[in-house]
Amino acid sequence: MKLDYFSKKRWTGVIFLAVFIVLSIWVASYTRFDLSRGLGSFVKAFNWTISSFYPDSASLVRLPAILIKLRETIFMAIASTTIASVFALFFALSGSKVTQVNSFLSIVSRGIASFSRNIPVVAWAMILLFSFGQSSLTGFLALFVATFGFLTRAFIESIDEVGHEPVEALKASGGNYFHIVFQAVLPMSLSQIISWILYMIETNIRSATLLGILTGTGIGFLFDLYYKTFNYHAASLVVVVIVIAVFFIEFLSNYIRRLIL
Amino acid sequence: MNPLLTINSLKKQYDEETVALNGVSFSVHEGEFVSIIGPSGAGKSTLLRCINRIIDATEGEILFDGLNVGNQNKGQLRKLRTKIGMIFQHYNLVNRLSVIENVLHGRLGYKNTFNGSLGLFTAQEKKQAFQIIEILGLEKQAYKRCDQLSGGQKQRVGIARALIQEPRMMLCDEPIASLDPNASKIIMDHLKNITTQMGITCLVNLHQVNVALKYSDRIIGIKHGLKVYDGPPKSITKNQIYDIYESEAGELILELKDQNEA
Amino acid sequence: MQIQESIYHLWINSTKDKSVDLLAKYNERKPFNKTSFAIKITLIALLILTIYSFYTFDYKNLIIIDAVKDTLINMRTMFFGASLRNFTILEGIRQVSFTLGIAFLATLTGGISAFFLGLLAAQNLSTKLVSNVVKGFVSFVRAVPTVLWVLIFAVSIGLGSTAAVVGLTFHSFGYLLKAFSESFEELDHGVIEALTACGANWWQIVFQAVVPSSLSYLLAWTFIRFEINFVEAVAVGAAAGAGGIGFELFMASARYFNIREVGAITFLILAVAIILELTSSRIKTKFIK
Ligand SMILES: Nc1ncnc2c1ncn2[C@@H]1O[C@H](COP(=O)(O)OP(=O)(O)OP(=O)(O)O)[C@@H](O)[C@H]1O
Ligand SMILES: [Mg+2]
Repeated sequence: MKLDYFSKKRWTGVIFLAVFIVLSIWVASYTRFDLSRGLGSFVKAFNWTISSFYPDSASLVRLPAILIKLRETIFMAIASTTIASVFALFFALSGSKVTQVNSFLSIVSRGIASFSRNIPVVAWAMILLFSFGQSSLTGFLALFVATFGFLTRAFIESIDEVGHEPVEALKASGGNYFHIVFQAVLPMSLSQIISWILYMIETNIRSATLLGILTGTGIGFLFDLYYKTFNYHAASLVVVVIVIAVFFIEFLSNYIRRLIL
Repeated sequence: MNPLLTINSLKKQYDEETVALNGVSFSVHEGEFVSIIGPSGAGKSTLLRCINRIIDATEGEILFDGLNVGNQNKGQLRKLRTKIGMIFQHYNLVNRLSVIENVLHGRLGYKNTFNGSLGLFTAQEKKQAFQIIEILGLEKQAYKRCDQLSGGQKQRVGIARALIQEPRMMLCDEPIASLDPNASKIIMDHLKNITTQMGITCLVNLHQVNVALKYSDRIIGIKHGLKVYDGPPKSITKNQIYDIYESEAGELILELKDQNEA
Repeated sequence: MQIQESIYHLWINSTKDKSVDLLAKYNERKPFNKTSFAIKITLIALLILTIYSFYTFDYKNLIIIDAVKDTLINMRTMFFGASLRNFTILEGIRQVSFTLGIAFLATLTGGISAFFLGLLAAQNLSTKLVSNVVKGFVSFVRAVPTVLWVLIFAVSIGLGSTAAVVGLTFHSFGYLLKAFSESFEELDHGVIEALTACGANWWQIVFQAVVPSSLSYLLAWTFIRFEINFVEAVAVGAAAGAGGIGFELFMASARYFNIREVGAITFLILAVAIILELTSSRIKTKFIK
């Protein structure tokens, strides 16, 4: 009986591990993933970085052009996040169980949000590219739709955290819907909401790079251009600029978070 | 007979302001049951943690069974720690594991990294674990997860984990501070039995002076990192206790025999 | 009755004066509220930056009304007239499986590396210096967009599943490291102390105390990352040509301009993404928080 307990536990572990390893190997062969090549690539990529993937003096000439595109990318991220957050807030208010007007509207808003975030941003980008072409609006709108979906879910969670008690307290003292939203729900969840907005701006700068490659806008476009023309020094300069920008924005938003949370 | 544990002018300084121990010396003989009493922040926990080097002392010397604790290298220290069991106020069990698994943790010091990490214990060790569990009256709980136990049961698991180490000494840091009177009595009785029947030396930090007086062979009083009393419970006076706790007479709830009144 | 009421009014009036007084005093001395000030400044800054953004955008002589109309028409075709042309539904499912496979492998490699480095990043298992070094390294890893990691590695090993997995590993690693090390840090310090006192060494403490205590969190976070990785794998497949359903999506739109096929592929991805999201949010409410 007592030895049973240990051997049962051990066998469960062994079988679980075995199944998992077999599954991994099968997936690796199905996708033609080569582990040794993957591991070897770290050495290769490291050597390649040292030998040719660094900004040299010639590439510095391109810095002004890169900075202009960086500005476009950052603004695309900020504008899409800000506007998406306004829409998301309305949808979250009608979607959250705490503040919903009725359950039908709640399901509809949750559904729309889920639809917009689960359709891959690539698909949005492609469909927008057809009519908006290589303008900044393509990237902006694609980011907007995906951000809207994500933020609605995040805001709903933040609002749900407020809970029913403060809402009931206000209802009991005769507050109407707008009193409840503006006096209880928003003040209590605003810090969280802003924290999510800042997080999304950080994320969107990275996503904007990807969208840029697809839609030919912003800094992603420049990276793609240099990369495809084998101008690796300039491409690496783009990476450096992105890293610095992301660090700066992360620093700023962490600073704001410390103040408000 | 040589003492089992000797502490010579032990000092521990955490940072510039906090000197937790300021030169404490005493020795403990095999088979003694010693209680350490003193107010909060006196340095009792610090003292126990220095003995098995959970924290390093700043100055001074600790000899355990003739070995200088401060000089041991990593491997030697692990071996030495197996000879010193430790139990805690908050039990410090892995809550998601079963009682028997927690008890077997006491054997980790004897095992190599591989067997210990994977929890591969020998049949002999498992048998021993069940014997100890039975002695402590936990046989019904053996396969229960520790987060389903009462405080008193958890502390008994803690004792079992220490006992399976086959220690020569037990360090107990406020073992009954979170327990009700009934459970406290059970735990203290077990600890006392461990000393009298198995010959394991016990060094117990206690906040309950009455309990200390009732169970101990010897009392050590600590205040502001200094030893202020060391002697049998029989000869300690009310005033000495008031002095240790820096309180006015009558503020403490004490039951001393008349002969101890001074 | 009347007397009572008048007394009541008198009493109310007398206290009213006092309370008005108190209120005035309170308002006078109302402390400068840093939090609400920071919130206001942040919101105003975002608003200004957003408006300014629209000035700086490159519109390329776009007629916005027409573009919006076009897009709506395209969306109608895409969602209501979805159909496959260049490949069968079976092929679509195979490509989705491929993308799921890439996501799975990246989650696996990212999870394993995050586990070991997460131990070093957890303050209760490591030293402050080591923990900070690891965290600094991770914030660099996260600052580079996933698609750039893929492209950088593609130079040395060529585009394909291996480069995609390696590239996706970086952000999985960064994300999971944070989640894992925070789960490790939840372990009560006393437990580590207790096992140290038993003579256990570091690895034994890790596998006998840390892992059993945090296993369900680790698995939950790993699954959540798998969900994210599926989306990322689709994106990388399209933007870096790394294969899978994302690449098909890219081909259908950028190469064949086939909106109906784009719609069909989108529905396929949507179905998988929603299943994954529902699963992961259930896991989240069950195991995390
Ligand atoms: N890790 C630490 N870092 C800094 N100072 C500490 C640390 N641990 C304890 N101290 C300080 O050392 C002094 C002695 O603490 P210790 O925990 O040994 O007291 P104690 O007698 O066990 O008290 P209690 O009865 O409340 O458990 C206290 O002033 C405490 O603040
Ligand atoms: Mg203490």
